[in-house]
Amino acid sequence: MISLTVNGQEHELDVPDDMPLLWVIRDVLGLTGTKFGCGIAQCGTCTVHMNGVATRACVTPVSAVTGEVTTIEAMADDAVGQKVQQAWLDLGVPQCGFCQCGQIMSATQLLKDNPQPNRQDIVNALTGNLCRCGTYNRIVAAVERASGQEVTS
Amino acid sequence: MSRQDDSLMLANVSRRGLLKGMAGASALLLAARWDSGLANEKAQFGAGAMPGGWVDNPNVFIQIAADGQVTFINNRAEMGQGIRTSLAMVAADELGADWKRVRAEQAPADQDKYGNQNTDGSRSMRHWYEPMRRAGAAARLMLEQAAANQWGVPVSEVRTGVHKVMHPATGRELGFGELAQAARELEVPGRNALILKSPSELRYIGKESGLINGELKSAYPKAVDGEDIVTGKAIYGADVELDGTVYAVIARPPVYGARIRSVDDSKALEVPGVQRTIRIETASQPAAFNPLGGVAVVASNTWAALEGRKALNIEWDLGPAGDNAGYDSEQYRQSLEEAAQSPGRVIRQSGDVASALESADSRVAATYYMPHMAQAPMEPPVAVVRVSNGKAEAWAPVQNPRATRDGIAGVLGLDRENVTVHQTLLGGGFGRKSKPDFVAEAARIAREMNGTPVKLQWSREDDIQHAYFHTVSVDHLEAGLNADGKATGWRHRTLSPSITSLFAPDPEHKGEFELGMGFNTLPFDIPSIRLENPPAPAHVRIGWFRSVYNLPHAWAIQSFAHELSVAAGRDHRDYLLDLLGPDREVHNLEVGDGWNYGEDPNLYPIDTGRMRRVIERATEEAGWGRETGDRRGLGLAFHYSFLSYTAIVFDVEVSDDGDLTIHRADIAFDCGPQANPERIRSQLEGACVMGIGVALKSEVTFQDGVAQQSNFNNYLIPRIADAPEVVRVHLIDNPDDAMGGVGEPGLPPVAPALCNAIYAATGKRIRSLPVGDQLRSS
Repeated sequence: MISLTVNGQEHELDVPDDMPLLWVIRDVLGLTGTKFGCGIAQCGTCTVHMNGVATRACVTPVSAVTGEVTTIEAMADDAVGQKVQQAWLDLGVPQCGFCQCGQIMSATQLLKDNPQPNRQDIVNALTGNLCRCGTYNRIVAAVERASGQEVTS
Repeated sequence: MSRQDDSLMLANVSRRGLLKGMAGASALLLAARWDSGLANEKAQFGAGAMPGGWVDNPNVFIQIAADGQVTFINNRAEMGQGIRTSLAMVAADELGADWKRVRAEQAPADQDKYGNQNTDGSRSMRHWYEPMRRAGAAARLMLEQAAANQWGVPVSEVRTGVHKVMHPATGRELGFGELAQAARELEVPGRNALILKSPSELRYIGKESGLINGELKSAYPKAVDGEDIVTGKAIYGADVELDGTVYAVIARPPVYGARIRSVDDSKALEVPGVQRTIRIETASQPAAFNPLGGVAVVASNTWAALEGRKALNIEWDLGPAGDNAGYDSEQYRQSLEEAAQSPGRVIRQSGDVASALESADSRVAATYYMPHMAQAPMEPPVAVVRVSNGKAEAWAPVQNPRATRDGIAGVLGLDRENVTVHQTLLGGGFGRKSKPDFVAEAARIAREMNGTPVKLQWSREDDIQHAYFHTVSVDHLEAGLNADGKATGWRHRTLSPSITSLFAPDPEHKGEFELGMGFNTLPFDIPSIRLENPPAPAHVRIGWFRSVYNLPHAWAIQSFAHELSVAAGRDHRDYLLDLLGPDREVHNLEVGDGWNYGEDPNLYPIDTGRMRRVIERATEEAGWGRETGDRRGLGLAFHYSFLSYTAIVFDVEVSDDGDLTIHRADIAFDCGPQANPERIRSQLEGACVMGIGVALKSEVTFQDGVAQQSNFNNYLIPRIADAPEVVRVHLIDNPDDAMGGVGEPGLPPVAPALCNAIYAATGKRIRSLPVGDQLRSS
């Protein structure tokens, strides 16, 4: 049995050690905001927070999880996450939306670590999150807005 | 309730004047003319010519609850273009609804009830704008009638405010919710009774909002799915969870057409969680939307299924794949380049190109290449299907619900009526999800599972290696210039495998709709033109990719036009405007195109004046002609596609090491009337970034018939650093022409504009995509 705390809730799970956290979150716990996009940490749609670090759940074996995992489902209760979500809505960032949970998770972690990021900081923090619809300019603008800065994009 | 005539077709008569009237104040006239004897004319163009046609019955699309909540039933696939929001806005505006009290619900697959649901070709708004306005207007009239009945006053004395009906004479008011029940019981008014709102009465349609070129005009009015998306509650294909679901993946033939020789699944069955394997027969070719075949692994979770698949030992028989098994994309490219040296099927001819080239003062020739690409939507294909008691039910992110329904019915031997398809949100489509093969696969597996729901997940490797690939293309152009640098002869040979090879024996030539995407519709005013299409056989599944054959055609033509301006020693913009010649409207048949995106040529001529305007606007906004400094330059391209007009100017800089920085993109766009400008802007911003990927990064190659790329580590698409530092979208105010498409037309001019800018910055000409590391050696 593996112990896992997700969004403040503790679970005892009978899953293989090497099962990626992504599939535990999705198929076992039924939290579907964390997405499967590539399986090899190239696209960022599966981004969660693990001990304050934006982490790709698709390549994180469940047995390697230490500390608490937070997913998009908990962001509305997070002061920074809520601001980011609101900026995303105000600026109409999402198109199809599939990657946006991962984008928001990466952006939220960035703002927790660096409340006033410049453009290059934003690009660096989000470089692992792909968006096929091409919403990148609005993503930059929304991170700027969420951090109370002037929109440059 | 009166049955309205769904087969009535608007676009089969010239309604250009009518549309002008709608944009002006003549809504009454417009409404009156709808019923003027058109009902029995056969639809040839537009929405009425589509399978299932259009429907404007308000009872089909608009529900109002007792608490006033308005639910808009959306019949088109939502894949990021914002159609659920934009169509709901159109209906809500005409209805008089308060946007905060509007939600959207997705219609199941049922073209008889909801009209055409095939979401491709940038058609949703141009085909559904008018029916949704009429549905909204009819519902408003029913609410007004219900209020008038209750108050015992003539309906002419009541008016609709925001989410309420008022009787100004007595000050009485009733909310939509209070009237809903009574209104529902009334007859649907005929179209000649409808009065559409005048532009001054509209609150949402055509109104700018949101982030406009870096300035937040107003917070974007609630996108119907926005909150669900940012909180992770939105339901895409893989997010559908039914009790008892099993999870499946498929090991597919590595080569198109290969079959299984033998399977050893013993190791796979030892993987914890794996329940069974199922052999799926390889479809005969051409494959259309049928399963590719292979071995399915069914398990208690997705991970177990993926691990089980790794443990399969399959021996493939490549014999049935024929020469697909020898497909080598580099050799294929060489064969097309060779074929491009000889004449091909003549598609269009005017004047005498041979003598024009011979007598020219100078000649320019160039060959352009664009490789295969995978659509690679962020959500890989996925479907949930349950089959029991002779019925099938599917949940899937599909662009074409009717084809999905028929595909499932075909696999299971059921009547269409026994197949239900629920459309989830699409995590991107870009043409990939026009093909419901992945749902047919899930149905094939579910057939063996006795009522247990099956969730079939494609991995990213599956998606990239078994895409319906964007065609591969070689375009060879040659032109003759006179002493002034003016083009007197233009010869273009285009070679690409055709999408029609999916459905019929390979014609080895482009079909009419493929040629009509910017090839034979060449708008240039050149005395001698000869357009040819030599053969190009298909060796993989070729399919639609956002903007389709417009991509290679625009890439070649817009790059070559720039090369001519360079050869002539002239400014590119001025040269391009000269190539266009005087403003004129060209009938598609005049240039040998019988397709015209399915639209009436009288409503949708090819308009060179609109081309000129987008070129002028984009170049003005970009400061065309300004001094840019060393290794920095501006590049321009334009293209007409899906009945809309786009021009782009890029401002780029290339370092001595070959690092490219895109400082800015200025995009001018004319789609005629704009229903939701905010989502038009977002589509163009997104198309710009996707096009940058087409230009710089994306390529699928083949060796021995096998795709050599497999995931985002080697099939490259744009990352955030690849986006322009600034993107500016300039919408042309043009309410008087007929409405054009939005989702696709932003893409084709991106690659040539970017490569033209690279030339301006460095003098290096790019003729082969993607650019990749070609700038490293410059």
